[in-house]
Amino acid sequence: MNLTLKIWRQKDAQSSGSMQSYAVEGISEDMSFLEMLDTLNEQLNERGEEPVAFDHDCREGICGSCDLMINGQAHGPEVTTTCQLHMRSFSDGQTITIEPWRAGAFPVVKDLIVDRSAFDRIIQSGGYISVNTGSAPEANSVPAPRDKAMRAFNVATCIGCGACVAACPNGSASLFLGAKITHLGELPQGQPERMGRVASMVAQHDAEGFGGCTNIGECTAACPKEIPLDVISQLNKDLRDALRAGY
Amino acid sequence: MASTADVSGLTVLNGPPEQRSDDAHGYYTPAPEKLVDAKAPTGLIKDRWTTRKMDNRLVNPANRRKLDIIIVGTGLAGGAAAATLGEAGYNVKSFCYQDSPRRAHSIAAQGGINAAKNYKEDGDSTYRLFYDTVKGGDYRSRESNVYRLAEVSANIIDQCVAQGVPFARDYGGLLDNRSFGGVQVSRTFYARGQTGQQLLIGAYQAMERQVAAGTVTQYTRHEMLEVIVVDGKARGIIARDLVTGEIETHLADVVVLASGGYGNVFYLSTNAMGSNVTATWRAHRKGAYMANPCYTQIHPTCIPVSGDHQSKLTLMSESLRNDGRIWVPKNKEDCTKDPRDIPEEDRDYYLERIYPSFGNLVPRDIASRQAKNMCDEGRGVGPMVGDFRRGVYLDFADAIARLGEDAVREKYDNLFDMYERITGENPYEVPMRIYPAVHYVMGGLWVDYDLQSNIPGLFVTGEANFSDHGANRLGASALMQGLADGYFVLPNTIRDYLADGPFEQVDEAHPAVVEARTSVQERIDKFLSIGGSRSADSFHKELGNIMWEYCGMERSEEGLRKAIDMIRELKAEFWSNLKVLGTADSLNQSLEKAGRVADFIELGELMCIDALNRRESCGGHFRAESQTEDGEALRHDEEFAYVAAWEFGGEGGQPVLHKEDLIYTAIEMKQRSYK
Ligand SMILES: Cc1cc2nc3c(=O)[nH]c(=O)nc-3n(C[C@H](O)[C@H](O)[C@H](O)COP(=O)(O)OP(=O)(O)OC[C@H]3O[C@@H](n4cnc5c(N)ncnc54)[C@H](O)[C@@H]3O)c2cc1C
Ligand code: SF4
Ligand code: FES
Repeated sequence: MNLTLKIWRQKDAQSSGSMQSYAVEGISEDMSFLEMLDTLNEQLNERGEEPVAFDHDCREGICGSCDLMINGQAHGPEVTTTCQLHMRSFSDGQTITIEPWRAGAFPVVKDLIVDRSAFDRIIQSGGYISVNTGSAPEANSVPAPRDKAMRAFNVATCIGCGACVAACPNGSASLFLGAKITHLGELPQGQPERMGRVASMVAQHDAEGFGGCTNIGECTAACPKEIPLDVISQLNKDLRDALRAGY
Repeated sequence: MASTADVSGLTVLNGPPEQRSDDAHGYYTPAPEKLVDAKAPTGLIKDRWTTRKMDNRLVNPANRRKLDIIIVGTGLAGGAAAATLGEAGYNVKSFCYQDSPRRAHSIAAQGGINAAKNYKEDGDSTYRLFYDTVKGGDYRSRESNVYRLAEVSANIIDQCVAQGVPFARDYGGLLDNRSFGGVQVSRTFYARGQTGQQLLIGAYQAMERQVAAGTVTQYTRHEMLEVIVVDGKARGIIARDLVTGEIETHLADVVVLASGGYGNVFYLSTNAMGSNVTATWRAHRKGAYMANPCYTQIHPTCIPVSGDHQSKLTLMSESLRNDGRIWVPKNKEDCTKDPRDIPEEDRDYYLERIYPSFGNLVPRDIASRQAKNMCDEGRGVGPMVGDFRRGVYLDFADAIARLGEDAVREKYDNLFDMYERITGENPYEVPMRIYPAVHYVMGGLWVDYDLQSNIPGLFVTGEANFSDHGANRLGASALMQGLADGYFVLPNTIRDYLADGPFEQVDEAHPAVVEARTSVQERIDKFLSIGGSRSADSFHKELGNIMWEYCGMERSEEGLRKAIDMIRELKAEFWSNLKVLGTADSLNQSLEKAGRVADFIELGELMCIDALNRRESCGGHFRAESQTEDGEALRHDEEFAYVAAWEFGGEGGQPVLHKEDLIYTAIEMKQRSYK
């Protein structure tokens, strides 16, 4: 198929950017979305134009690198990552708009690449269980109820892509944050630090410039790992408990 | 299996190998003397690690923060080491090329991690895990290293659980595990199909905790491009800030490479797009030996190539072979038919036919090679790629009839979904198509028992080293090795080296530093100034085709010689006809790619030379000249029970081959048989 692409081009963080139009030809529907962009880049390189920069690595939907706004939707029209989206979801002759994540806390680095280091800093503020190597007890000495362990696992599948933030009209990272609070909070090992964790992670979230949650639900709709909205209820509940306890 | 009573560690069970063939004559220079691991422990195998830990010197806690450690890589091996060394109080600098440490390719591991916990009381033990791993590696690994790996495996699970890794659990809330990759005990711990992700997030969080504590500084979107060697010791790295393009010098007392595997030398593999050999290849060019580079693991169950546009291959978990039946049409004419219209009697369930006792569950290398044989005979299915159809059926119709669609769905739903997303075909209705793909490399930088390369102060961990898997890696053992190295082995061995530190301060104006910086800068300028007509990617694809054709699942003397010539030509063209646009002082993905491809080309040549020299079939390395009458792999222990450690021979020079004999005291070598 042949497509018209409208792509955000921006030289670097300091420069301002603009949308540019490109025609690509000979796209097969078995290609992934990123292979379609590879094809464009190969063609640009031949023509002497600088290829479009975009983040990607595993191309298996697990590393969380890829992050494109496609026709206004984070990761495009399917519930999956950009790298797992295939061209059979589009049709011949279509115009596709491709932009970077839009959120104040994720500044553009170049073209379609943004800076998501705020997520690392949120984890640094408490997204862990404090246990030094070598000091762990025998693994089966503390059983974890199966249903809680399953819930912990389900939300721990978050890949840190940031689609939830990009999709949220408030630019909130509550889904990402709630997923981590719930993952660690559901496990017995996560209890000792539970209150301090939520208090400091929320503070970091706000300091990074992410917005507040007003329960719109766009985040969970965009999430490629289908992290459910109830992690935000869990987040709020844990935060309430922590604040009451004086954290 | 030998009983533990045999584990004296004192009886030598095999003699030193004597190589008679010399296929690679003219391509290499033999080293005059045998290579000896000076750190190899002695004594009873079960006591070796304990003794070493006791003997290794300690570093006074007050001195630790004066010691700088550079760790390149934030996968399981690098992330776990950064966290642990940070906790110990050292000053750690951690590097990765992605935008966050959490995105290292360990994240993609699916199946699980082995540990000798014996929770199922099914007779597992440290010795049995050791035995399985050495045998699985086709007797081409060091027994002391593997024993240590098995020994620390149980601690890994304890550590991960304490960090909050949500492993699968049974109804009583205790840890579940399963059997994996053809072993007879149940020792694989898992978190659904995302074990690597969960383990990596555990290591990442532990590392971020140290970032907050100020012991670890993380440098993301940074690519290491050179090692700095001062007075024979590794003292730092040159890295490029991938956002600003700035070339940075980072100095330290010790450098650790945990930069993962180089499977992308084949262009198409299950590795991440950015996985590369640059970190280890640059170290190799600075003097570090590259060991067994030709040992590659080709995984049998991946989604086949669909066309020329393909950028990577996706693994489908090995567990599918438990219920799926593998077949191809008996007649070539049927290859283009709808598989559902091919009657039972016209199907060849070739694994069940050739290996009646293991059937579809034969080890990875065998399943892969037979799939290739079928396709080479012209009985492959799916689209034509080049001259052949490269695919075989993995059929669940019997399993669905036997267990019901719901039961199959419960077991494999996420894999079936993934398959459908990529291929557009519904595997509940049409048999899946699979084909082997490059997945893992057993080869890597040579290290001693302490995980130190032959360059003092340069340590290498995880997939980047060669140490534990011999010629073939068993399923669920790379995660085990990465975390064993990172959490337990390296922190205990590196301290013996650091006990002599802090080392004399190195000045940025030191000639060795200036030389490293200048060479990096010159290389970048060169890439940008060639001004040819081909993209780095197009060279990479071409290299991949050569490697896959001649250094893939089956290698022959003639093919390897041809490949070496072709790679040399490709290299010449690369350096004269490459086209890289953009600038050096900005984010430039084409420039990054060019550097990686340049190194892959050189590695590819060395892999072919190594494969040419090793005129035997072992593990993932199958030499056409060395097979039994019925086409099975034939090892030659008396000639090749050694590690081939290659020294860089200088630009345009020949690599030097150092041989380290593999001597077993706790396990006896046997030919594998799966018939
Ligand atoms: C699809 C797939 C499934 C797998 N499944 C399993 C499984 O079920 N069980 C199992 O045991 N094993 C499995 N493996 C193998 C296993 O995942 C890997 O061998 C292992 O995770 C490698 O870990 P590592 O820490 O050595 O390297 P990686 O995790 O690859 O990390 C490499 C790190 O080095 C950094 N790096 C690389 N080069 C540079 C450079 N030049 N400069 C700066 N940084 C650099 C990267 O940024 C990254 O942080 C699987 C592998 C794949 C590909
Ligand atoms: S919650 Fe979902 S959308 Fe948000 S970062 Fe995690 S995986 Fe991405
Ligand atoms: S590239 Fe890794 S999730 Fe898309």
